[in-house]
Amino acid sequence: MSVLVNKDTRLVVQGITGSAGSFHTIQCMEYGTNVVAGVTPGKGGQKFQDSVPVFDTVQEAVDKQGANVAAIYVPPPFAADSILEAIDAEIPLIIAITEGIPVRDMAEVKARLSTSNSRLIGPNCPGIITPGECKIGIMPGYIHKPGKVGIVSRSGTLTYEAVWQITSAGHGQSTCIGIGGDPINGTSHLDAVKLFNEDPETEAIILIGEIGGTAEEEAAAFIKEHVNKPCAAFIAGRTAPPGRRMGHAGAIVSGGKGTAEAKVEALLDAGISVAETPSHMAEALFKVWNP
Amino acid sequence: MNVHEYQAKQLFADAGVAVPSGTVAQSVDQIDQALSSFSSDQAVVVKAQIHAGGRGKGTFTNGFKGGVHVVTNLEEAKDKAQNMLGNILVTKQTGEEGKEVGTVYFTEASDIDKEFYLAILMDRATSKPIIIASTEGGVDIEEVAENTPDKIFKVLIDPALGIRPYQARQIAFALGLSGESFKQCVKLVSKLYAFFWSKDCSQVEVNPLVLTPTGDVLALDAKVNFDSNALFRHPDVVSLRDISEEDPKEVEASKFDLNYIALDGNVACMVNGAGLAMATMDIIKHYGGSPANFLDVGGGANEEQVENAFRILVSDDAVKAILVNIFGGIMKCDVIATGIVNAARKLEMKVPLVVRLEGTNVEAGKKILADSGLALEPADSLAEAAEKVVKLAAQS
Repeated sequence: MSVLVNKDTRLVVQGITGSAGSFHTIQCMEYGTNVVAGVTPGKGGQKFQDSVPVFDTVQEAVDKQGANVAAIYVPPPFAADSILEAIDAEIPLIIAITEGIPVRDMAEVKARLSTSNSRLIGPNCPGIITPGECKIGIMPGYIHKPGKVGIVSRSGTLTYEAVWQITSAGHGQSTCIGIGGDPINGTSHLDAVKLFNEDPETEAIILIGEIGGTAEEEAAAFIKEHVNKPCAAFIAGRTAPPGRRMGHAGAIVSGGKGTAEAKVEALLDAGISVAETPSHMAEALFKVWNP
Repeated sequence: MNVHEYQAKQLFADAGVAVPSGTVAQSVDQIDQALSSFSSDQAVVVKAQIHAGGRGKGTFTNGFKGGVHVVTNLEEAKDKAQNMLGNILVTKQTGEEGKEVGTVYFTEASDIDKEFYLAILMDRATSKPIIIASTEGGVDIEEVAENTPDKIFKVLIDPALGIRPYQARQIAFALGLSGESFKQCVKLVSKLYAFFWSKDCSQVEVNPLVLTPTGDVLALDAKVNFDSNALFRHPDVVSLRDISEEDPKEVEASKFDLNYIALDGNVACMVNGAGLAMATMDIIKHYGGSPANFLDVGGGANEEQVENAFRILVSDDAVKAILVNIFGGIMKCDVIATGIVNAARKLEMKVPLVVRLEGTNVEAGKKILADSGLALEPADSLAEAAEKVVKLAAQS
C-alpha cells in the first residue's frame, strides 16, 4: 500500500517531447512507471520512444488511454495553462514539476482547483514516488526502497538526503511526496500528513520543511491532535537572513513571519522528533520509531 | 525585483493612482532642470533614491546627514541634492558600506491631515491577494499589527473575480473617509489593485497614504516588489532594474543561472538544490562556522556552471574554506567531480576545499577526486564535511 500513486497509475506526461519532459519520462519508464500517453499540442499522432502515443490534448489522453495521473514538464510561461487543461479533463492527480511559474498564475489555478475534484502536487517539486511501483518526477529512483516511512518535503535534494539515510539504515519508504518550494502550491504538508496518517502501510512520517509561510505549523497542529504514528522533522533555513528569498520562491522570512525557530517550536510542541542537522533526519526518526 | 521610489511613483501615476508630482536629477547639472517645474518659494521634499529603507535617518560618508529633507525654497533643495548625488548613504539597512546615490527625487511637499497605511500582497495561507489597510499610517506597520491588531483591516480578493466595488468601499469606510475623499480613496484602491495584478507584483505598499487638508487622498510613498518569475511578460518592468543596487557577485551568478546570495561568514558552500543549500548553511553554523553564502547550482549543473560558481566563491576575500555538497540524482557524481577538478586546476584555487558527494556514480566520482592530485578533502557524510570545513576555515 501507499498513497496517491502505485502500480495501477496510468500516467500522461504533458510536455513529453521537450528536453526535460523526454529525459525524465524515459527515466520513469525505466523505473517501471506505466506511461500511457504524452501531450504536446501540434505533435498529436507521434509515438514517444516508439511506444507511447502523443496527443494534442489531455482530454484525448484520458478518452483513448485512460490516463488518471498527469505529470507536467511544460515551461513556466505555459505551465499554468497545462494544469488548467488537466483539471478540465478531470484528471484526479496532477503533478507539476515546472519551476518558475508566476505566483499570479498559481493563484488562478488554485481558485480553479477549489471547484474541481483534482489534486495538484507542486509546482516546483521533484514529484512523487512509491518505491518499487511508480516514480513520477525527477528524483533518482535507485536511492529508494519499498518500506514503511512516508516522507513529505518542500525540497528535492533534501528529500533525497532523508530517503538515502532511511535506505542506508536498511529501511524503506511507503511514498515520498515533494510538495514544492513555491509560496502557492496544490498539496500542503498538512494534506500529505493526513494521507500518510490514513495509509495503513505507512508506519512513520518524516516532514521536511523550510523557512517561509506557516504550512509546517499547520501540519504540526494536526499531528498533535490526530496522529499517533511516530513523526520526525527537519526545518532548513535557521541561518537564512530575513527578507531574502533563499532559492525557492516561497523560502523567505518576511515581517518576522515564517522563521525556522517558530516552526521548530511548533513541531517540538506537537511531540515531533526534530533533527538538529540534515545529517540526522533518520536518526531523529529512529528515536521515536522502532521498526 | 525591486524598483526605486521615483520609478514606483511613475508606475502609480501611469496606472491612475494619485501621487504628488515629482522630478528627478541623476547628476548635479540636471538639478536646475529638475527644479524648474517647482515655483521658487515652494516647499519641496528632497529624497535620495536607494532601495534600502531608513533613508531619513541615514548619514552620508561625506558627513552630510539625512537622505530625506523637507525644504522651503529651491536654493535649499539644490544644496541638499548636491550633497547627496554621487555620495554614499549609510542606513540601518545598507550595511556599513552604504549605497551610492545616483538619483535624487524632488517632490512637492504635501500638507497632511491624516496618515494611513495601504498594502496589497499575495496571502500564502489563502492563495489570494489581500489588501491591508490601517488608520495608523507613517509608522512601522508590524508594530501596529503587534500592539493594536484591531486597527489593521484586511480584505481578501478572489483572483478569478478581481476587486469588486464593495471591497474598495470597505477599505475607504475602514479608513473613516467620507464625501469626495471617500470617492478618491475607492478609486485609488481599485486602481492600485489593477496595477498590482496586471504587473505581477508580489507586494505594493503605500506608507503613508495621506489625506490632505483640502480632502485629497494621495500615495505619499510607494514601495513595489515584482514577482521575478513573471518578469518575462513585463519587459517595461525589467528595464527599471538598477544593477548597482545589487551585490555584484549575485549579478554575476545570475548570468550563469546560479542562485547565489552573499552572506558575511567565511565558509563558502556550493550545493545542488535550494533546500539542501539552506540546510548546508545551517550545518556549517551548527558546527561552529559561519556561512559566506547561499549557492544553489540547480539540478542539472554543467561543468561551466561549476567553474563559474567557484570563480564567484573565491572572489570573496573573506572566504577561508569551501564546502561542496552534492547529492547526485539526475546530476551524476562523476560529472560533478570532473567539473570540480577542472575548475580547481584552472582557477589555481588556494583555499581548502572539502567535497562531499553522494548519489549516482558516487564511487567513480570519489575516484576522480582522489586521482586528481589536488589537495581536496573528501567526506562521506554532510556532518563530517561540515566539521572538516569549519576546522579548516579556522586554521587558515
